[in-house]
Amino acid sequence: MGLLDLIIPRRTFSHGGIHPAEHKELTAALPIRRLPFAPELAVLLSQHRGAPAVPVVKVGQEVVRGEPIARAAGFVSVPMHAPATGVVKAIAPWATAEGPKAEAIVIEVYEAAPQQVLYDAVVDVEALTPDEIVMAVQEAGLVGLGGAAFPSHVKMKPPKGKRVEIVVVNGCECEPYLTCDHRIMLEKTDALLRGIRIAMKATGVSRAMIGVEDNKLDAVAAIQAKLPADGGITVHAIETKYPQGAEKMLIESLLDRQVPPGGLPADVGVAVFNVGTLAQIGELLPRGRGLIERVVTVSGPGVQRPGNYLVPIGTPLRFLLDHVGAKPGANEVILGGPMMGMSVASVDVPITKAVSGIVVYERGDADQTHRFVFPCIKCARCVEACPMHLNPSMLGELARKRQYETMEQKYNLNDCFECGCCAYVCPSNIPLTQYFRIAKAIRREQKIAAAEENK
Amino acid sequence: MLSKPPVEIRTSPHLKKAQTVEDIMRNVVYALLPICAYAVWQFGLSALALIVVTVATCVGAEALFARLQGGRNTVGDFSVTITGILLALTLPPGFPLWMAAVAGVVAVGLGKVLFGGIGYNVMNPALIGRAFVQAAFPVAITTWTPGFAPGRFTEFIPSTLALPFMQPAPVADWIAGLKVDAFTGATPLAMQKFDHVEAGTLDLFMGSVPGSAGETSALLILLCGLFLAARRMMDWKIPLAVFAGALLVALPLWLANPQVYPSPGFVLFSGGLMLGAVFMATDMVASPVTPLGVILYGLLIGVVTVVIRLFGGLNEGVMYAILLANALSPLISDWTQPRVFGERRQGRWLSRKPEGP
Repeated sequence: MGLLDLIIPRRTFSHGGIHPAEHKELTAALPIRRLPFAPELAVLLSQHRGAPAVPVVKVGQEVVRGEPIARAAGFVSVPMHAPATGVVKAIAPWATAEGPKAEAIVIEVYEAAPQQVLYDAVVDVEALTPDEIVMAVQEAGLVGLGGAAFPSHVKMKPPKGKRVEIVVVNGCECEPYLTCDHRIMLEKTDALLRGIRIAMKATGVSRAMIGVEDNKLDAVAAIQAKLPADGGITVHAIETKYPQGAEKMLIESLLDRQVPPGGLPADVGVAVFNVGTLAQIGELLPRGRGLIERVVTVSGPGVQRPGNYLVPIGTPLRFLLDHVGAKPGANEVILGGPMMGMSVASVDVPITKAVSGIVVYERGDADQTHRFVFPCIKCARCVEACPMHLNPSMLGELARKRQYETMEQKYNLNDCFECGCCAYVCPSNIPLTQYFRIAKAIRREQKIAAAEENK
Repeated sequence: MLSKPPVEIRTSPHLKKAQTVEDIMRNVVYALLPICAYAVWQFGLSALALIVVTVATCVGAEALFARLQGGRNTVGDFSVTITGILLALTLPPGFPLWMAAVAGVVAVGLGKVLFGGIGYNVMNPALIGRAFVQAAFPVAITTWTPGFAPGRFTEFIPSTLALPFMQPAPVADWIAGLKVDAFTGATPLAMQKFDHVEAGTLDLFMGSVPGSAGETSALLILLCGLFLAARRMMDWKIPLAVFAGALLVALPLWLANPQVYPSPGFVLFSGGLMLGAVFMATDMVASPVTPLGVILYGLLIGVVTVVIRLFGGLNEGVMYAILLANALSPLISDWTQPRVFGERRQGRWLSRKPEGP
């Protein structure tokens, strides 16, 4: 440490990546605060990858905070729990960030209720077998809280023939503006370490590595101070470079292993969990509770009181933004971070388990200025920036010519995970990532249509 | 509060790096200005007139074609300014202005607009213009005049002001009148090739020799290139690969027979190699996009340049070498597609032990 840090570069992934302005100083020093309950909460039934949850409550039924209100529909699915005490007002379509409305359980919150979680039980996690832990994680409704929302228990059970030998803990938080994971590492260190142990037990490994970008050295120190002496868990400061928090990049940075194209971390013997997810596992499992709230960073130039808020799942954006105070010129609300997040068309959209941040832009912000799109000048900046070693320049040209099949078969379109590095660096302002998103969607549709025809 | 719904819907990424095409092109122009200044210092009024005429005709041609096509006027992106300046720098300082104007119109019309404008040109437009006049006016383009003539800031080199479609006045008398005894206007390359007389490497490096308007000072070109490379607006790997390619051919020959073949220093610093490698071969549009591709592309330019110089009929080959490599660059890109993340060393990843802290 010390002087050596100046000479030896921090570990990082081998190719590409960018250094956008971080803007984390807006909220990095602000402790997590609880957001009040909105009068009405909308719990979407599909806020995770996999089958939507199935409601187990009826309209008009009273629910207690923490009570299961929907069950998992199969293995790759998770249940939902009531984020507040109240009455089920409706089970009806509700606005989502993606666009089309989707089924949600709408709960009218009792204003007078104390909102204590009564629905819990003391569980001796030490006594559970790995399979019982996997089940408990599913019952708690846990999904990847870093944004992918993949059911956590599925990752603990690698597919047949694959063996996990190391747990990688993702504390990178590489998206600009977001600081919720940073605060969790600082304030919930014990719960995080408990969660890591539980995940290690579930996957049957004796080794866990925590990767943290070196713009959060205080978090590294906080974790280091509480690490058990046996050396099974280690924490590593790695280079601050977007998209360090993408699991494939993080695995390469820490272990120098590359997940094969189309493969999973389990293919290289790794299971990756976000720090927020593990802190929730560490907090919820010993008390037999379900996931009913999460830490959300609310930030951006259009917010009056940015901060890190503990938000009940289902809180509509409108309520959240009223609470933190949107500036008069606020005109764009992004769910997630600015690199991979989504602008919403409606502020009725509720907070889901996947939302790690809300970034609000103000009218006239430099990032919103319309820029003229030049033809590609083949400067190769995108080729340099792509962490997946793709050729976005060529893919962009093919997208313009609508040669989606060539993009997929010859230029590995499906290895693109839409991190946005190419579009970020493009001096011609070509919306490359957007092109690729469309191309992938069209290819999916084409394949479905082809399968229909062959039937 | 947020009473009205949000109005901006954009797709990710919502952030953009500030640098645009205009920024890059403008910086290339800045990097070329010192070279222009040196050309004027060395060759006087004629070089200045040459630069003004080529830039004006290139910009004018681009504006005219944009108007005829009814598209957006793309003069403001500075790329056509670069074409104009580069064209002037590759012409002999006493090149008749009317021929320079022809070269400018051809460069933009044939080299750029025909393909679809910025981003679509297959080859470097300035070199297309130069190649055209090389074929059309073979005498004028090989008529060299010495630099640092006493009256260079008050009078033109006689050939500069030749009337359109007239033979330019021969400059031999004018050169004789200057009473400079060092180089009688012949370029170091020609003297080396035909007389096996090698100019001093230091003279070549500093730029006190005759040649095209902007190619003489290797030092200055390198410094200007470093400025661009430091701002990450030029791929420094390309010039390095060009030099490596040139030495690859020149070095063994020189070691075998230093009497006939030029020294490595001479090869690098004479003629248009430096200007071509730093400012022409690095034209983003016409060079490959893949990391391995740019190396192959650079090597090819270096090798072909020296092969033409030593074994071809011409004493300078950098222009044709670059044009050839330009034409090949889409193919080179295609052959050298980057290997996708995770595809490499597949067997190794699984067997690797996790490293400790």
